[in-house]
Amino acid sequence: MFSRRNFQRQGDRVRLRLDVHERLLLTDLLDELGRLLDDPDDPELRRLFPPAYSDQVEDEQYRSLVRDQLVSGRAKALATVRETLVDETLDLEQADQWLRALNDMRLVLGTRWDVTEQLDYAALDPDEPRDRELAVYGYLSWLQEQLVEALQPASGK
Amino acid sequence: MSTLVAPAEVEIREPVVHDDVEQERPWVVIVWNDPINLMSYVTLVFQKLFGFSLAKATKLMLQVHNEGKAVVSSGNREKSELDVARLHAHGLWATMQQD
Repeated sequence: MFSRRNFQRQGDRVRLRLDVHERLLLTDLLDELGRLLDDPDDPELRRLFPPAYSDQVEDEQYRSLVRDQLVSGRAKALATVRETLVDETLDLEQADQWLRALNDMRLVLGTRWDVTEQLDYAALDPDEPRDRELAVYGYLSWLQEQLVEALQPASGK
Repeated sequence: MSTLVAPAEVEIREPVVHDDVEQERPWVVIVWNDPINLMSYVTLVFQKLFGFSLAKATKLMLQVHNEGKAVVSSGNREKSELDVARLHAHGLWATMQQD
């Protein structure tokens, strides 16, 4: 299903290869996640801003302390992906921002689509709307898996 | 193993409980299993945030995966909050509680 490699480590950089359809899909997802981030309390984002404390009062204090920083960090990752979408290579800091943005997309979509750990991508039917969603999710997972591999500390050596 | 006889002054010393002792009990940061984060990604985040070796990070990741949770760091409240926030920034499901 996904054989072509999109990310490959080359020394201290990561080579990026995306076709026009992949860029369009990612642009849509960047736009959507960016809009959602305007309201960090949106239940769709609950996996991006999980509770730190079981005690509600303590957790509210934690949230008010870190929320702005978590939002701006996520917005920065989205901006980096957007700015480098057509680049041929990424530096490791940019690749790390890609990794985080892809993970945020998967967290939001995976929560929305109620993804479970047992997913059989080979059994997906492109005519089923639910399966199309899962195919997008699976594609993002494949992208992220490649990036994790490229960013392993030993990969550049 | 030998048995040590405790010095008398240790035995008679009463624990002194201050109000701030409760505050000083160490906090632990727990990462919980979730169906979305990739196992390889969680391992990489542990390596990156805590400087763990690949072997240690993998072991902790597998503990999260198989047992549902793992303690990944401990310390005072401020350090633990920072660790939780860094884990949250990376999308991991982390909480903290007093040990």
